[in-house]
Amino acid sequence: MSDAATMVEDAPENVRATAPLAGVADMLIRSILPLFLALVAGGALVGALGHNPFAFYRDIYSGGIELSAWQDSLMRAATLTPIALGLIVVFRANIWNLGYQGQFLLSAAMVAGLGPKLEPHLSPTLTLIVLFVIAGVTGAAWTLIPAILKAWYQTNEIITTLMMTFIGISLAAILVKGPFQDFTSNVPETTILPLDDMLPTIPGTRTHVGVVIAAVLVLIVHYVTTRTSFGLKLQVLGANPRAAVHVGLDPKRVIVTSFLYSGALIGVAAAIEVLGIWGYMRADFNPAYGDAVIPFVFLARLNALAVVPFILFYSVLSVGGDYATLNAGLPVDFLLVIIGLTLLFMVFIEYLGRNREMGRSYITPGLRAGLRFRRSK
Amino acid sequence: VIALPVASIFTQTFLTSLVAGGLLAGVPLMFTALGEQISEASGVLNIGLEGMMLTGAYTGFLGAYYGHHDWLGYLTAIGGGVLVSLIMVVFCVRFLLDQIVVGIAITLLAEGATSVLQGAEFGKSYPRLPAASTVSIPGLDDIPIFGESLFQQPLVVYLGFALIGLTAWLFRHSRPGLNVRAAGQKPQALDAAGVSVVSTRSLAVITTGALAGLGGGYLAIAGAGIFVPFMTQGQGYIAIVICMLARGRPIWVLIGAFIFGMSLQLATALQIAGVDISTDVINMIPFVAVMLSLILFARGNFLPPALAQPYVRGAR
Repeated sequence: MSDAATMVEDAPENVRATAPLAGVADMLIRSILPLFLALVAGGALVGALGHNPFAFYRDIYSGGIELSAWQDSLMRAATLTPIALGLIVVFRANIWNLGYQGQFLLSAAMVAGLGPKLEPHLSPTLTLIVLFVIAGVTGAAWTLIPAILKAWYQTNEIITTLMMTFIGISLAAILVKGPFQDFTSNVPETTILPLDDMLPTIPGTRTHVGVVIAAVLVLIVHYVTTRTSFGLKLQVLGANPRAAVHVGLDPKRVIVTSFLYSGALIGVAAAIEVLGIWGYMRADFNPAYGDAVIPFVFLARLNALAVVPFILFYSVLSVGGDYATLNAGLPVDFLLVIIGLTLLFMVFIEYLGRNREMGRSYITPGLRAGLRFRRSK
Repeated sequence: VIALPVASIFTQTFLTSLVAGGLLAGVPLMFTALGEQISEASGVLNIGLEGMMLTGAYTGFLGAYYGHHDWLGYLTAIGGGVLVSLIMVVFCVRFLLDQIVVGIAITLLAEGATSVLQGAEFGKSYPRLPAASTVSIPGLDDIPIFGESLFQQPLVVYLGFALIGLTAWLFRHSRPGLNVRAAGQKPQALDAAGVSVVSTRSLAVITTGALAGLGGGYLAIAGAGIFVPFMTQGQGYIAIVICMLARGRPIWVLIGAFIFGMSLQLATALQIAGVDISTDVINMIPFVAVMLSLILFARGNFLPPALAQPYVRGAR
């Protein structure tokens, strides 16, 4: 099949996407129903395991919102949001960066390890700035090999980013146990940063300013993806790589830059987490935040603004979920079930929607075309 | 550590443990990668392989634990893998939905569900299975280095070798095998020949589920003798890479699985040889090996033209 045929095949989708608003209700159904169904199915699973699902979700609410727990949820969102933005940037360009965990952990290790070494020589503000730059550069650097392989040899980036993630996870542990190890501690962990060198809190709360950083990043990424030529390039490459060449775009360049931006944003997320919450890193630290973010990136249709409410919702779910699963004596991995179910319900409703011409597709035609593994010649 | 006399590493004990361990770690990869090969040949990319493997490991463990027999465990492992693959059949083959998203969903779902179920069933304890019984082939098992590992294995391993040969034959000479390949090469042609693309792909995906489940089951029953959440640790993805590098030839799945099995097993073998390397370095080795092989052989990827494309009759 030629790429021209690909365009023809995707044409109805494109027409539908630009058609007048198919109804706000439909959009809401398509965005929120999958999540709702996943929560119901998750509740059924909790019930099947002999716990009261209503009490379970009640625990999630009280553990994620009540008292000052909403601040924890907000801070969780501050970490999750840049990861989501990082995924939006590459997914828009029709590239699957599934190496977020390696990028996140390696950046976290660099920040936690180099922080205590830099801190005696620099002012607190300068330390923070340098650490954020280090985190961004580390995250970006870890995408470089998959980016180059994808840009020049069309090597499937799903595989390469996953492999780099596993290498990154081990490398982060090696760094923490080796050069960054706190020698006064018996457990493998880095030296704890002094409180002065961590992210300051917003006056009147115990919420760190990472929340503000995340909010600013949302605006920037939204502006860049929707209002600049780079954003348009991402979209063109994502929609049709061949057409991209014809309009004078250098796909190699766009692939590599979008990968680098993605990695940098994920690295910044790690810096917010380490400098806002922990101040150090243990060798076995792996919160697997990226996995959690994926469905919401699609539910928000790769829109940087739209993803925010989803991230806020999930942050409450995850902070409250820590408490609720502990209370019910269930492994915290329960949340993975909800995430997996959300994805499945999402594609299922996509299927129903496709048949009933309901709203817009979650996954852009370009991203789907990207699943075709042929070389784009 | 670096300045080790080479001779001391390449002792017979070291090589024996490396080959034996490589086989032990390679067999789950072999089953799973063979499964992926069948699925990919039919045009379905199965990113949910990790989840199918993990489910097979869990159901296989349960079967062997409560049924008190390895084979019951392997059967339930196959059942678990097939059950998960049905999600893929319904969503990707019947409903033509996104194979990557469904694959990710399957893996996350399987990781969460097996962890929750294991926690609900056993709490924080991880019960052990008795050692798997092996079958020795008289005479051959005395061969130095290779004998013990190759010819003193659980029966299911010989079954795996046979399956490799069988798949190779099926792909070349049998109607079902050729149908599967046609579904990946040119589904329109298969359809025109009066064979249902959907059924062919469904069957291929279910076979993949069975094989990935069996691979996971072997990992839990014969490999570890225990089920731990997340125990597959990315092996499903390594299997996908082995399959990519094997370029559609089952025999290369066998060779690739053995090579990657050895790199997974290097840690134990080195420890036996008295070399102490951190487990983190060891954990990295198979993935570094994968990256290197991808960098070296990246240009020569063999993938069926219709891979990951839903088949819509009449669409050009």
